[in-house]
Amino acid sequence: MKFGVLVFPGSNCDRDVAYVTRDILKQPTRMVWHQETDISDLDAVIIPGGFSYGDYLRCGAIARFSPVMQKVVDHANQGKLVLGICNGFQVLTETGLLPGALARNRDLHFICDRVPLKVENNKPAWSQGYQKGDIITLPIAHGEGRFYADDNTLAEIEGNGQVVFRYEGDNPNGSLNNIAGICNRQGNVVGMMPHPERAADTMLGSSDGLNMFAGLLERVAALV
Amino acid sequence: MRAIAVQKYQAKIFVTLRPSVLDPAGVAVQSGLKQLGYENVDQVRIGKYVEVTLFADNEEAARHDLDKICDQMLANPVIENYRFELQQIQSTVGVS
Repeated sequence: MKFGVLVFPGSNCDRDVAYVTRDILKQPTRMVWHQETDISDLDAVIIPGGFSYGDYLRCGAIARFSPVMQKVVDHANQGKLVLGICNGFQVLTETGLLPGALARNRDLHFICDRVPLKVENNKPAWSQGYQKGDIITLPIAHGEGRFYADDNTLAEIEGNGQVVFRYEGDNPNGSLNNIAGICNRQGNVVGMMPHPERAADTMLGSSDGLNMFAGLLERVAALV
Repeated sequence: MRAIAVQKYQAKIFVTLRPSVLDPAGVAVQSGLKQLGYENVDQVRIGKYVEVTLFADNEEAARHDLDKICDQMLANPVIENYRFELQQIQSTVGVS
């Protein structure tokens, strides 16, 4: 499976993601500069964390209009895989590939912590390495991670089973319904505030996040 | 030959959080004002102010473009509203 990791000015988790897909999982991986317009070689696109375009205006607001994002929309519409992590999740909501928005944390703090999450939905390819109901612990690091959607949209998200991860126990940022990650209706696009790539190597204290990436490969192997 | 008037406008754009969206920064400022002794402050909401100057054939065309600019980029309609004040600041007449 060929991975592409988007790189915007201000991305800072791009190499962490590539370390997981290229070095740990031994999958072909290339860094995709935000000006690129041909990503047809990629099976899975990962939009990493960071501060694309300095978070100017709103987080992800300007990245949305980059040349590569127009192609990511096409890629997603073809049913191919997209994962947005932290700032990548913000970019996906701004782009409209995922519903809702990420607003300023309830208590204003930038939160850097490890938090328990419950796996709500393991049907998307990205989360199929987990069991529904699993409790995993992943790092979070964000100032604008409070998931918000209007009542109707929220009811739709819940009704369609689009919640992939929920904060378990304390809600760190005030997200509606404790939402930490969601998918689109088809399940090929997932966005999450926690950082699975930062918990993918046991040397760094946890590998709870590795299945976000490793699970994909099992599915591909099963299809072949 | 016909004369073409191109007007220059300045828009003062106000982007605010929708009333239903919690504004923790506004709440923090409000509590600061309370600390200062302003017990009469009922609510504080913080938004963004953007100035844009642009050229357009007329006011209607300018408003049309500004609505699109706000909807597409300056405001996120999921959580924000916007309004703008428009003022003509210059007009130039060319001939084609």
